[in-house]
Amino acid sequence: MSFVPGQPVTAVVQRIEIQKLRQGNNLILGFSIGGGIDQDPGQNPFSEDKTDKGIYVTRITSGGPADVAGLMMGDKIMQVNGWDMTMVTHDKARKRLTKKNEDVVRLLVTRKSLEEAVKHSMGGYPRP
Amino acid sequence: MDNESTYSGYSYKSSHSRSSRKHRERRDRHRSKSRDGTIRGDKSVIIQAPGEPLLDAESTRGDDRDDNWGETTTVVTGTSVDSISNEDLTRISKDLEDSSPLECRRYLSPALGAILGLISLITPLAFLALPQLLWRETLDPCGTPCEGLYISLAFKLLILLISTWALFLRPPRAALPRFFVFRCLLLALVFLFVASYWLFYGVRVLEPRETDYRGIVGYAASLVDALLFIQYLALVLLEVRHLQPAFCLKVVRTTDGISRFYNVGHLSIQRAAVWVLDQYYSDFPVYNPALLNLPKSILTKKMSAFKVYNLGDENNTNNSTGQSRAMIAAAARRRDNSHNEYYYEEAEVERRVRKRKARLVVAVEEAFTHIKRHQDENAATSSPKHPREVMDPREAAQAIFAPMARAMQKYLRATRQQSYHTMESIINHLQFCITHNMTPKAFLERYLIVGPTLQYLDNSKGRQWTLVSEEPVTASLRQGQVFCLRRLDFSLVVTVTPLPFLRLGEEFIDPKSHKFVMKLQSETSV
Repeated sequence: MSFVPGQPVTAVVQRIEIQKLRQGNNLILGFSIGGGIDQDPGQNPFSEDKTDKGIYVTRITSGGPADVAGLMMGDKIMQVNGWDMTMVTHDKARKRLTKKNEDVVRLLVTRKSLEEAVKHSMGGYPRP
Repeated sequence: MDNESTYSGYSYKSSHSRSSRKHRERRDRHRSKSRDGTIRGDKSVIIQAPGEPLLDAESTRGDDRDDNWGETTTVVTGTSVDSISNEDLTRISKDLEDSSPLECRRYLSPALGAILGLISLITPLAFLALPQLLWRETLDPCGTPCEGLYISLAFKLLILLISTWALFLRPPRAALPRFFVFRCLLLALVFLFVASYWLFYGVRVLEPRETDYRGIVGYAASLVDALLFIQYLALVLLEVRHLQPAFCLKVVRTTDGISRFYNVGHLSIQRAAVWVLDQYYSDFPVYNPALLNLPKSILTKKMSAFKVYNLGDENNTNNSTGQSRAMIAAAARRRDNSHNEYYYEEAEVERRVRKRKARLVVAVEEAFTHIKRHQDENAATSSPKHPREVMDPREAAQAIFAPMARAMQKYLRATRQQSYHTMESIINHLQFCITHNMTPKAFLERYLIVGPTLQYLDNSKGRQWTLVSEEPVTASLRQGQVFCLRRLDFSLVVTVTPLPFLRLGEEFIDPKSHKFVMKLQSETSV
């Protein structure tokens, strides 16, 4: 999941659609995020490249909407509803995920096992 | 046992009662045979009465001899008047070597320099005086300009005199094996200079009886100027040039591996050798041959394992190398436990030294509490019932020496320093410490810490060193040179490495640029 600055990022992603759950006055998704361009990337336990400042899923409440949808701990969130999440601050990421007028968030997440799976099955990246 | 020489004045053995000595002998015999401490209890140690020390401070042959020889060899009794012990022989041979054969060689070069200097100082005065003496009537009268030149001449001569005295009139501290190139160069230059001036003077002034006195005075003034410049050259070549460090010398003593590093400038090998020896006498701890040997018990075990017999009549030379190789291989294969013994022996020795040191410190502290400095003002008030006798430092030292003598001697024997400190020297040092109000710890500093060689040296005779070098000793220092300074029983190996060239860069830091941020890692649940 390392990237070359200035070049487009390529990754194998999985599309996950989470339905927000209404709990009292709040709409919750059931997971926690960490990371961001204003945070310290060296302390991220999930990233391969310790300079990666992307948004990672750090915790998932079991039984919550994210768990049901198939989100896993350690996933890196690449897009939320079309908005890029690879170069955002932590607060911006939080805001994008918790918009009050949206019921559904469609995430594009990537993880190491996806790449492995693709490599196994096709012997390389699928060419566009 | 011929450990005592014919000069001994006070033997350790006689200071103790027979019973304690017997007890000590019995206890020592109970120790295991492998230790060489068995015989040590019987060895007599000489504390010298006033008189010169038995052995030269720098090179002792004290404990080199095999400790068991008293039992296995026929004893030569030292009681006959004509006998001369081994120590005396080494001392005499060293005396012969240490005194320089020709005393005058040391002073040849300075004498030459002095004569030349004197001549060059008198020359301007002679230039001025000769016309006045010989043809005074025909000289042009010379008024104010001449007097100005006289004054400047006088002051310049004074400065020349003072700086010559300050720089060059020092007794030489070392006799070098070869000529000192720069000094010879300068002497030759001065000689050439003065000779050519005299030549010119003789031909142009004395012969035709020159009448222009002002010119002559100007000529003398120019000579003095030139002499001042030569002196400047001498200052730079002899004193200043070698001050900027350029090489690093590593000096290692061959016998015990003690090494030091020194920075020197551009010198010739012989000058660098003299400089290193100056530092050696005050930096290196004194060479103690008694501390060098592993106990024989450990080393001899290795060799005595195998005996190889020569069967048949093959070629003898072939067989001997085969023999030794077989022995070495067998010894290597055998499990070697001598390091174990060495380790335990070291630990034991260290423990013994520490115990004796503790006893010594306590004894000295107690001894020092017995005396006190006498205050003169209390003389009137001291009661006549207790007339404390007032002693001078020497008597005070002798009074408190007795209780600490035994502990001191045992400690010196444990650290093998007994040859460096005679009883007389200990009492002298004690007297010195009492006079200067030193504490017991300050008194003991001299014995607990091994000092530099200079501390144990008497300055009566010069030291003979041999400079061993593969290149001519007047060559200047270069990278990778190695030379040795040899004395009778040890030598110093000096290696030359140049100091690295330093590239110093610059980086400016704006004081306002010191800013810090907290390292955040927050986790938000969504």
